Amino acid sequence: MSNKDQIKEINVFEEDLNDTITFWEKIRNIFRGKSLWMLHYCTGCGAVELPPTMTARFDMERLGMGPMATPRQADVLLVTGYLSVKTLRRVIYTYEQMMFPKYLVGFGSCTINGGIYYDSYAVINRLDYYLPVDLYVAGCMPRPEAIMNTFKTLENMITKGEANGWKKYVENYEWYRENQIRSLGEVYVKDEFHE
Amino acid sequence: MSYLIAFSIIIIGFLWQVSLDGVQRKVTAKVHRRVGPPWYQAFMDIFKTLSKSSISHGFIYDFGVMMALGGTIATLMFLPFGNIVAFEGLDNFFVIVYLLAVGSLGMAMSASGSGNAWAGIGIMRALTQMLAYEVPFMIVVFGMIHAYGTSSLSELAHVQQMNGILGWHIFTMPLGAIVAFISLLGMLTKVPFDTPIAPAEIASGPMVEYGGKHFGMLILQHEFATLVEVGLFVNLFLGGGNLLEYLIKYFLVYTLVTLIYSVSARFRVENVVTYFYRVPIILSLVQTAIVIFTGLGVNV
Repeated sequence: MSNKDQIKEINVFEEDLNDTITFWEKIRNIFRGKSLWMLHYCTGCGAVELPPTMTARFDMERLGMGPMATPRQADVLLVTGYLSVKTLRRVIYTYEQMMFPKYLVGFGSCTINGGIYYDSYAVINRLDYYLPVDLYVAGCMPRPEAIMNTFKTLENMITKGEANGWKKYVENYEWYRENQIRSLGEVYVKDEFHE
Repeated sequence: MSYLIAFSIIIIGFLWQVSLDGVQRKVTAKVHRRVGPPWYQAFMDIFKTLSKSSISHGFIYDFGVMMALGGTIATLMFLPFGNIVAFEGLDNFFVIVYLLAVGSLGMAMSASGSGNAWAGIGIMRALTQMLAYEVPFMIVVFGMIHAYGTSSLSELAHVQQMNGILGWHIFTMPLGAIVAFISLLGMLTKVPFDTPIAPAEIASGPMVEYGGKHFGMLILQHEFATLVEVGLFVNLFLGGGNLLEYLIKYFLVYTLVTLIYSVSARFRVENVVTYFYRVPIILSLVQTAIVIFTGLGVNV
């Protein structure tokens, strides 16, 4: 299957891909920023920080965020920690199944430079070679306060129309795909349980 | 004129139910000792999903979503909303129950058209649960219809208002009201009975393949279905009333549902069926026998 076919099956708003922001796009961005659903798919050790962020003490729902069980309904994909090459494959599948517009947040130093796994053969070093990251949270691992702060920042970025990672992914798909194939061999496998 | 009334019922119902949905999220948050989202969060969610892109899995997938939304809106048009009835003489219990199935079946058709295995399992569970909660509810309501000789909802609401508050069926037919309330929990797929949408095991069940606009339309469908189902309970057991009374009763019933769902755990699907076929069906048979053989609880 060629690269073009995979992108074509997803229907993108043409005006969303422009850099100029129209009036209706501003209104759309307000709705998109106020209601963020995250994918409840946690990789690595940062997943430990999410239960306190979701439950009563830090209460993620104040920002209109909530966990969603399926990538089709989610807006935000959280990459919480190191990514082994095997996990990266699943994360790429998951990211490509999400609907436009979609946002990606990288947690901790592992997604920035590999962290303590920087010289491991099984772990990737930089996430943004493979997927467009909108926002990084520093720390190993970030506290729930830092995570809430990040979500607030992401909300503001979306409202202003600055969270453009998914546009970058559509426009520079060839480059991302080259990097993905170099690390993984082949990315698109239809029957992933019998690969 | 009646179409104009029906249209305004849809608009008012949408605004009322969706803002109430946000309020209920606040109530749940208070039970959990959280702050919770603002009351307009449900509007934000709906408009956000409608502003996202979505993909299609074929004609049946698209058509089923529209059938579900249209069928449920059509059901709402026939429901007496307080003392406002859009189509006089057609606010029949059978019409509403018949049309409500169109919505659920459209969703079932569409979800199985998506070809996802979780969707298939979710649909199976949803239809099994429907089989469980419909039977006791129907037995109670048929007993009521037999006693009064009419199946018009506004008529049934009207006979309850003649003896004041104590004439409501929740006081004259308490067993039936309990059964109908448990069935209402099952209809709304709220937590003791949310086996069809089990995010922890089958990834939202029927909704698993929906995203963007399709999902937004299904959220709308769910809101309108909630309007119809809670409205049925208010009309049949709490005596309807004028628009203000109706909305207050609606709010109380829906808040009670929320309070129950925010503190309880979930049944497995076989537990749902055995539960409904054990306790509520016995209560409903007892209630119907009382109504038919002794006439106790029937307002004359």
